[in-house]
Amino acid sequence: MDVSAADLQPDSFEELAMPLFEQLYNFAHWLTQNREEAEDLVQETYAKALKGFSSFHAGTNFRAWIYRILRNTFLTSRTGLKATMTVPLDPEEDGPELAVERDTPETILFERSDRELLQRAIDELPVYFREILLLCEVEEMSYQEISATLAIPIGTVMSRLSRARRALRDTVQKMHGVEAKA
Amino acid sequence: MACDTWTEKIDAYLDGELPAAETRALSEHLQGCAACAAASLSKLQQKLAVRAAGQRFTPSAAFRARIQQRIAARRPARWTRLWIPVLATAVVLVVAAAISLSLNRSRSRDLQAMSELADLHVATLASSNPVDVVSTDRHTVKPWFAGKIPFTFNLPELQDSPFTLVGGKVSYLHQSPGAELIFRVRQHQISVFIFQEQALGNAHPADGARTALSFNVRSWSHNGLDYFVVGDASPQDLDKLGELFKAAG
Repeated sequence: MDVSAADLQPDSFEELAMPLFEQLYNFAHWLTQNREEAEDLVQETYAKALKGFSSFHAGTNFRAWIYRILRNTFLTSRTGLKATMTVPLDPEEDGPELAVERDTPETILFERSDRELLQRAIDELPVYFREILLLCEVEEMSYQEISATLAIPIGTVMSRLSRARRALRDTVQKMHGVEAKA
Repeated sequence: MACDTWTEKIDAYLDGELPAAETRALSEHLQGCAACAAASLSKLQQKLAVRAAGQRFTPSAAFRARIQQRIAARRPARWTRLWIPVLATAVVLVVAAAISLSLNRSRSRDLQAMSELADLHVATLASSNPVDVVSTDRHTVKPWFAGKIPFTFNLPELQDSPFTLVGGKVSYLHQSPGAELIFRVRQHQISVFIFQEQALGNAHPADGARTALSFNVRSWSHNGLDYFVVGDASPQDLDKLGELFKAAG
């Protein structure tokens, strides 16, 4: 969603921001894991974005810009600080990609997983894995957009995304094991 | 290319981030490699499952309305934005027109006043009794005006100057009484008019030199009085007489 300087009229904020409302809320709720906090986060994001709209550089990516505001607002919120302080930092940042284990029954893992189990598994992921997975799979952002949103290099986007997917597979597999034993 | 190398690229391939040439090459590889095809299928299933599961939360209609209301409250109405430049332009034009009109009126009144003064000067020249007080002595002429006009003024010392005081009379401009003093320089007669500033009201003339009916005119203001020097003498003579008046205060 690149915006040219000519498009940057005072009311274009509404035209650019409101179509993202549902998705921003969904992302905010995933981060905060609470409806009221998600509403507060989205509301604050819109207020900040509207206030800083004049500083938005025409020709750059509006979606990445507003998602970045939301994410930064979340990270500095009480819930965000708690979420980032209670999980270890990504230990393999920029490290080598792990080889896929081909002998595991992964090909049928997600086929068998119901939606609710998968949602619980995503909820259990650390914030830095959860957010990058959602930006890529749900928001369908390009690596470039994710890089702009999270303020990390594209190489880091790729490696973190890879580890997030691996972490989700492990979590889902673990949940299947627990369910099988129960 | 070995499978391990391809395996590393499957994520980018499924995310649509692989360059076109590599995308084609990997597609061909998947057709012939069961292991990579299985890995690719697994990752694709995960991707699709997360996409579906990720669409989880929906904002309430009330919350959407609240946000929209807040944005609308901060946004100036469209007509306001359109009309602001139009109104600004209109205001500028009206102000410019008013200034122009005012300047024109002022210039017109100024010219009118100059014409009237020139007429008074001509009338004095044509009169068989050009002055009511005939005296070359300023100490005679100045007291003569006392009680006849509502202000007083100073007459210059003319010794060592080419000017001679002929006399004076009461004159009227815009129904206000003032002093008209007649001076002679060589064969020319010069009238010096002194009026209160309010006599001309808004037509109060700017200081400077101009001509009216081919007469040279000099004007200035001092101590609430307007001075006009009118005559057919040279501009230098009028300037000199004016300087003498200004020096007298």
